Amino acid sequence: MIEIFRNPNYNFIGRRRIAYAVSLLAMILGLGSLATRGLRYDIDFTGGALVQVRFEQHPDIAKIRSALGKAGVGEAIIQEFGDPREYIIRLPLSATTSQDVGKKIEQALTAEPSLGKIEIRRVEFVGPQVGKELQLQAVYAVLFGLIGILIYLAARFDLKGGVAAVAAVFHDVVVCLGAMSLFGKEFSLPVLAALLTIIGFSVNDTIVAYDRLRENRTKGGQRGKSFAAQMNDAVNQTLSRTVLTSLTVFFSTAILLFLGGKVLEDFAFVLFVGVITGTYSTIYVAGALVVDWTIYVEGRRRGKKAVARA
Amino acid sequence: MRRNLWLRIGLVAVVVLVSLWYLYPPKQRINLGLDLQGGIHLVLGVDTTKAIANQTERAAEDFKAALERKGIAAKRIAREGDRAFVVELANPASWNDALTVAAQFQTFERRNSDQNAGRFALALSDREVSQQRDLATRGAVEKIRNRIDKFGVAEATITRQGDERILIQLPGVQDPDRAKALIGQTGLLEFKLLDERTPVEEALAGRVPEGSEVLYQRRVDKDSKQEQKVPFVVQKRTLLTGNELTDASVQADPNSPGNWQVSITFSAVGAQRFGEITESNVGRHLAIILDGTVYSAPRINERIPGGRAVITGQFTVDQARDLAIVLREGALPAAVSILEERTVGPTLGADSVRQGMLAIAASSVLVFLFMVFYYRLSGLIADVALVLNVLLLLACMAAFGATLTLPGIAGIALTIGMAVDTNILIFERIREELKVGKTPRGAIEAGFNRAFRTIIDTHVTVLVTAAILYNFGTGPVKGFAVSLFVGLSASLFTAVFFTRLLFDLIYLGRRKVVSVSI
Repeated sequence: MIEIFRNPNYNFIGRRRIAYAVSLLAMILGLGSLATRGLRYDIDFTGGALVQVRFEQHPDIAKIRSALGKAGVGEAIIQEFGDPREYIIRLPLSATTSQDVGKKIEQALTAEPSLGKIEIRRVEFVGPQVGKELQLQAVYAVLFGLIGILIYLAARFDLKGGVAAVAAVFHDVVVCLGAMSLFGKEFSLPVLAALLTIIGFSVNDTIVAYDRLRENRTKGGQRGKSFAAQMNDAVNQTLSRTVLTSLTVFFSTAILLFLGGKVLEDFAFVLFVGVITGTYSTIYVAGALVVDWTIYVEGRRRGKKAVARA
Repeated sequence: MRRNLWLRIGLVAVVVLVSLWYLYPPKQRINLGLDLQGGIHLVLGVDTTKAIANQTERAAEDFKAALERKGIAAKRIAREGDRAFVVELANPASWNDALTVAAQFQTFERRNSDQNAGRFALALSDREVSQQRDLATRGAVEKIRNRIDKFGVAEATITRQGDERILIQLPGVQDPDRAKALIGQTGLLEFKLLDERTPVEEALAGRVPEGSEVLYQRRVDKDSKQEQKVPFVVQKRTLLTGNELTDASVQADPNSPGNWQVSITFSAVGAQRFGEITESNVGRHLAIILDGTVYSAPRINERIPGGRAVITGQFTVDQARDLAIVLREGALPAAVSILEERTVGPTLGADSVRQGMLAIAASSVLVFLFMVFYYRLSGLIADVALVLNVLLLLACMAAFGATLTLPGIAGIALTIGMAVDTNILIFERIREELKVGKTPRGAIEAGFNRAFRTIIDTHVTVLVTAAILYNFGTGPVKGFAVSLFVGLSASLFTAVFFTRLLFDLIYLGRRKVVSVSI
């Protein structure tokens, strides 16, 4: 039998204060980057146009720019996309950006003979109304995802567990968005899908730990132990499963990130970061918060009893 | 448990066979999304507000004519807002007669009546407005569907989205610009007389007489390829529209070699009106206007019987052919605009499929090897279950006619990762039970039973997020939600029911089980 951990008994919960500091730091870093550098939104959310072009050979960006300038298509962002011959041209939404912008760009680039033969591989145009709606939809999707999970967990376990699990998920969302902002990744619809998957994944881990805690409590034999110790046991008992699962998902997303192609890159990036923070937050946000909350409630109860006795 | 063994084997066999049946042959059974096979995804907005304004405008003109027929003089009849027009009578004494005329316009309600001033307004009722909006969108969907059918796109989807949106998906279309032109063109053909009393310079300087407007003709210079806009002063009144035509066909333009023209044939009623119009306007110019652009304005030399006309305009053969389709199918009830467009070329789609499949294959191989390495025989069982999982997932997608998109492929990769999680949960549990000294059979039993509740919880939460994604997502993201949802549902069957069956087959049949390979 190959085992990563043989009867693990790490003191996870005891070191939660260090973890709180780490989490806070990560969140402050993330939020700080979001506040200063901001998040780049894809045209899905801002509206605008995007054209992916393949050139015959590595083109001169200055020439692309001047060709577009001559055609008067407005201020374009030109980026290499996964391959030195492949470029993406983005145009923000403006009065001059219309639905036939793809055609205009094609004409402008064909008119410049030094660029050689070109192939238009992808054209996307998102109008202003659609962009706004998609923005709203994204916010709703995350919000309703969290609410759905909160309700399910509150019903299945208790309110404390539900709130702590959602806090963990919130932590993961902030860290993921922060990482995206730091690494200059772009927030698009597929990234939103990845974010929601991370929410589900992160909650999964939390549920496994909670389930174990509850099972141990109903079995008895936990009497003399503090709640913190009980939680620590549950985390340790499920540790190999948590790590193994995270590793397999981690492998899958790593492969998506490196082999999945440019289109899936940002999507895989979020999953990649999310798997790491999701595993961590199970123990140190969801687990630890429930412990401190319980200690706080018990402390007040004891305090009240003492008052009542006096 | 033991007694049910054959029943369970039978169930699995049936599931596998049904899956294979749905999947064969795979190339035809799995719908690839536009991002994978290339094609156009369009969201059109129907300008129903404009359609209603046009309707109101027409009603105002009809009302004016109805008053004239009754000999009632009106000082002013003008549209106010999208859905109302005001009527001001020259003489308040004709109030009651005017009201009987108004009563004939049943879709309009009378408002703001002022009998002393002889003034009232007629407005479309709310119900009528929403009905008209609905009708305009429905009509637009219908017309666009007909146009695309005639254009010849296999497996096009044209569906209405909400009140005034149309979603169009055209897989594998090679020339997106042509398709967009065909779909987006309103196709309103109008015949109007030129206002020959107003010089063009005067009109361009802003002195356009009431009842006339300036419209342009686009001309492309043969040598310089520069587009020119030629202004015309045109009377606003429409004499005849494309509604009256029965056929449109493509011909070579005899006066301009290399260009094509569209010949139209009017219905009996249209032909008669066309005859009358040409008869009473000999010597004047008749403008042929399509969607507000002048195509030609020939001089009427004599009465034209037979109801035939020609639209010229430097068309290529494709343009002429598409225009003929548009004219035959009739104008859209309201103008449409493109709100969202996603066009993927066929080569990019093929690249995405290749990369996606490579990623799935690589991650599967890695996960498979890892499981066998770590859990030995049990790992192999989990791997067999994984294969069945992917098989079921694809079969369900084929059965429901769901579409596989690029994020959908990513969803499959993720499903593989998460299905493995279920087996890891079970296997870790079995190991624990073995450690506390349970017999192999007892440990398997307890491992599956204990892990089951956790597995349900984890599956339900991810299914919740997948369902929410499906509801809020569009296009590719929906594809991701679908494959995640289906994959996780399938994993409940394969990772729990099917692996349990394999365990039972291996360990239940033997007399004495000494150890579990886990």
